[in-house]
Amino acid sequence: MTRHEFGRGVLCALALSALIGCGTVTKIGTQIGQGSGVITEQQATSINKTGAALEKTFADITPEQEYYIGRAVAATILETYPPLDDPAANDYLNELGQTLAMASDRPETFGGYHFLLLDSDQINAFAAPGGLILVCKGLVSCCRNEDELAAVLAHEIGHVQDKDGLKAIKKSRLTSALTTIGVEAGRNLGSAKVKDLTEQFAGGIQDIIHTLVTSGYARGQEYQADAVSVEILGRVGYHTGAMVSMLEEMNRRWDPHGPGFARTHPSPRDRIEHVAPVAGPAADRQSRPATRDRFAAAMSGI
Amino acid sequence: MARIRICVVAAVLLAATVALAVAGVMSIQVRTGKLRTRPSFLGQVTASVGYGDRVTVLDEKSGWIQVRTGNGQTGWIHNSALTEKKVVLNAGQGDVATGASGSELALAGKGFNDEVEAEFRSENPDLDYTWVDRMETFRLTPEQARRFLATGKIASPGGE
Ligand SMILES: [Zn+2]
Repeated sequence: MTRHEFGRGVLCALALSALIGCGTVTKIGTQIGQGSGVITEQQATSINKTGAALEKTFADITPEQEYYIGRAVAATILETYPPLDDPAANDYLNELGQTLAMASDRPETFGGYHFLLLDSDQINAFAAPGGLILVCKGLVSCCRNEDELAAVLAHEIGHVQDKDGLKAIKKSRLTSALTTIGVEAGRNLGSAKVKDLTEQFAGGIQDIIHTLVTSGYARGQEYQADAVSVEILGRVGYHTGAMVSMLEEMNRRWDPHGPGFARTHPSPRDRIEHVAPVAGPAADRQSRPATRDRFAAAMSGI
Repeated sequence: MARIRICVVAAVLLAATVALAVAGVMSIQVRTGKLRTRPSFLGQVTASVGYGDRVTVLDEKSGWIQVRTGNGQTGWIHNSALTEKKVVLNAGQGDVATGASGSELALAGKGFNDEVEAEFRSENPDLDYTWVDRMETFRLTPEQARRFLATGKIASPGGE
């Protein structure tokens, strides 16, 4: 057994004990259902007998539900940040981004990974749940070659892989929404229930937007996304040091009081400090001539 | 040293348990999936599978799972496309009584679905999904990805 497999075994053990330890069984679901007259007492008993309602977490959101959440998050971001209608640049972004996503630990989401440029000079990007990734041209400007752009996109893929967006939904909201869904297992939703669920949905979207735009994830989640990015770069064959050289360029352009990443992400210096041990030294910017032309061509309109 | 050996044995036992848990029948949890000749996106496609399809697990290799479909086709698919839950496509009254608990069932089309999206959009008429729909049409095939890497002379350390 390799050391890697050994580590995985230990992780599995941890995950198992976590699963066993955390299953707080509640009957909240059927209580809510009965209270609103949605299900009969008999049905409630049947549900409680066949499967007790567990406390809900982001992990209970199915990929299909995550897909609809992601679409709403992306549409909401696009209200404030207009898209950059540059087919050549967006095609290139998707060629690179989707290739990187195939090398992630979560290459398959319900609707797949898709990338779009935003016509904003902010150093900013938004990873909507499920893989809709929006990147401001101001962030792309911090990238001087394909390897560095790959580092930026793979960081966003890291947020999707780790479901950071879903984790931003308030736990109370998640529990009540998913419990409603669970109790409704045996029947089609009535229009009142759709309205009810839509209210929870809208609240969840707000939670995510607030985190993406204003408050940011925990610093640990950002360092983790950087680590995932370096992992993906290495797997595909890009220079892992491109993460460091990209962050150095970002640091040159950094306004600590500016909008975007200055509000929601650790400073480039802090990120370099955390990622350098795994990424290695800054990559040589001239080291991959075969990608130079297509990068320059795609970026010519930005 | 003895303690290390016990740890290794424990880890092996646990890994075996997890492998057993993976074996059996799983469901496709993405809209469309492809089975491939080998555990890589660069493998040839042998079959397509759809949301909720049940597949039998044959083997597992570094994040990929070899499966057999209901009509006997086999191939590899990444584990992120699979769930151990049974995906119920058309949840009817009967499903509650099947004895499966909520943690074993995933109800397709339930909860946050197209119906909720339609209601959400009618309550937020200014929201424009045009570009969301458009960006979902940006699709890269594994063959295009392979060509993209080849022309850029990007070579992975693992050879793929
Ligand atoms: Zn981030």
